[in-house]
Amino acid sequence: MAQYRLHNPLAPYLFLSPFLLIIGVFVAYPLLQSVNLAFHQTFGPGFQRFVYLDNFFNLLQDPLFWKALRNTLTYAVATLFIQMPLALGLALLLNQPWLRGRTFLRLIFFSPALVGPVFVGFLSTIVFAGRVGLLNRVLNGLFGFNPDYAWLQNHVMGALIIAGLWMYVGFNMIFFLAALQNVNSDLLDAARIDGAKAWQRFNHVILPAIRPVFGFVVLLSLIGSFQLFELPFVLLNQTAGPDYQGLTIVMYLYLNGFEIGDLGYASAIGWVLAVILIVPTALQRFYFGRKEED
Amino acid sequence: MVDRFQRAITVIFLWFFAILTLLPFFWMLCGSFKNTGDFLTGLFLPQGSGLFGVAWDRLTWDNYREIFTNERVNFFHSGMNSVFLASVTSLLATLASAMGGYALAKFNFRLRKPITALVLLTLLIPPPLLLAPTYQLLYWLNLLDTYTGLILPAAAPAFGVFLFRQAILNAISNDIIDAARIDGCGEGRIFFSIILPLVRPMMGAFLMITFLAMWNNFITPQVVLQTPEKFPLAVAIVNLREAYNMQEYGISTASTLFSIAPIACLFLLLQREYLSGLTSGAVKG
Repeated sequence: MAQYRLHNPLAPYLFLSPFLLIIGVFVAYPLLQSVNLAFHQTFGPGFQRFVYLDNFFNLLQDPLFWKALRNTLTYAVATLFIQMPLALGLALLLNQPWLRGRTFLRLIFFSPALVGPVFVGFLSTIVFAGRVGLLNRVLNGLFGFNPDYAWLQNHVMGALIIAGLWMYVGFNMIFFLAALQNVNSDLLDAARIDGAKAWQRFNHVILPAIRPVFGFVVLLSLIGSFQLFELPFVLLNQTAGPDYQGLTIVMYLYLNGFEIGDLGYASAIGWVLAVILIVPTALQRFYFGRKEED
Repeated sequence: MVDRFQRAITVIFLWFFAILTLLPFFWMLCGSFKNTGDFLTGLFLPQGSGLFGVAWDRLTWDNYREIFTNERVNFFHSGMNSVFLASVTSLLATLASAMGGYALAKFNFRLRKPITALVLLTLLIPPPLLLAPTYQLLYWLNLLDTYTGLILPAAAPAFGVFLFRQAILNAISNDIIDAARIDGCGEGRIFFSIILPLVRPMMGAFLMITFLAMWNNFITPQVVLQTPEKFPLAVAIVNLREAYNMQEYGISTASTLFSIAPIACLFLLLQREYLSGLTSGAVKG
């Protein structure tokens, strides 16, 4: 960049002013206040009482918080191990040059990602219902599955994982498909001519080429899974479900802050979530920012 | 021969998954035109003696009529609210992001590095952490139950500033900008008539991303808004359950379909920009 300046020295600050103003008021200040709140107990937004570290001590002994943490972790791990292979598999199958209607299929697989979790949650209450629900009817038709099985009574996590699959497999597939465009096709042809089997080609040519994107997608999915809220909350009719089977970390934050009215406890939960997510988020931003170094 | 067999398996497998993906949409579409009795007895369209063995005359517009005319939960009003909130927010956010991103990409100034670091640090904050303090702030500012309280915090996302900074850094040469300056072009005009047209694909993608995020956002309007007349679709649909019996399947499917249809149309128009914008940060292009 040139040493001299052609522009008015104030110009960049003017361009940045809307951003800086809003970040200052609606990010920086709330962030500081969330530290402050975490040391208080509040009764609605107007009244607060300093309680030292009690919120954090209480959290450690709060069985519901551990339940929420365990549920969230279960969902995140299941999502990772079921969704990633499926998404990558679909991307590999779709990435065949001879395949007709690729764009159309890609569109179909991606389409559920446009539907917000709140709408999926709302509809899922009927999808997973016994007798009338879509899932039981299809399972019953295909495998003779018990048509009256009450998913939302016995197996909330199963329902959440299935709904999550429907929503996000196609979304993740899009990233893998874009990454596969970067696989060197000459290298792939050379490997084929040299007699490399499909698995060997995948392992030695495709996988190294898409590894950064793979990391990005895994982290994105992990971060998203840890913030699961709308889907179970709306699916379970604004509750945590029978025996708190659908309670997640963010749902616990919401229930404490906005149904009980303790913004302090909610902020403490928020900080625990932030600490859990700081490593994956930082890593993901690193992948994201990688481009500028090229 | 083996190759042809493999191809056939691939095609069958892909279309099986495609049908599985579309099944809930089709089921919802059928359900929204059926009365409760037909919903309970048949999975898709009611069987009868009409064309394709379907009883077309049993299908009904009643579910849609009901959600558009109901006094307590009016989906027409909620749809308008959603359109307003999502359009205003996405326009403001795109403009603020493009301006900020341009400043960080193409100007040499003292606070350039600290502000870039600030943008990256902001991206590390999980949004739920700010929920409680933002609610308290809006309470103090008297902005609870207002659209201002919903739109302002979302009007300048750090994510957008970062995306536009990347796009402008790589795609626009400094020479064009300096040449315009030498010709006496003002900074505002450079931005609006040179920079913005050059990042138009990025703008389309980002408009779409923020529109979608605002349309589907539930937690913030749920916390901030109190008056049912102000509810966007995401909040209204959850309140639907209080207005109706849970067994009104036709109404539930019709309201969901109505809530996602505008998004689907918008996406079909902008899908190329949207998908490439989505992956632009993750994949080297």
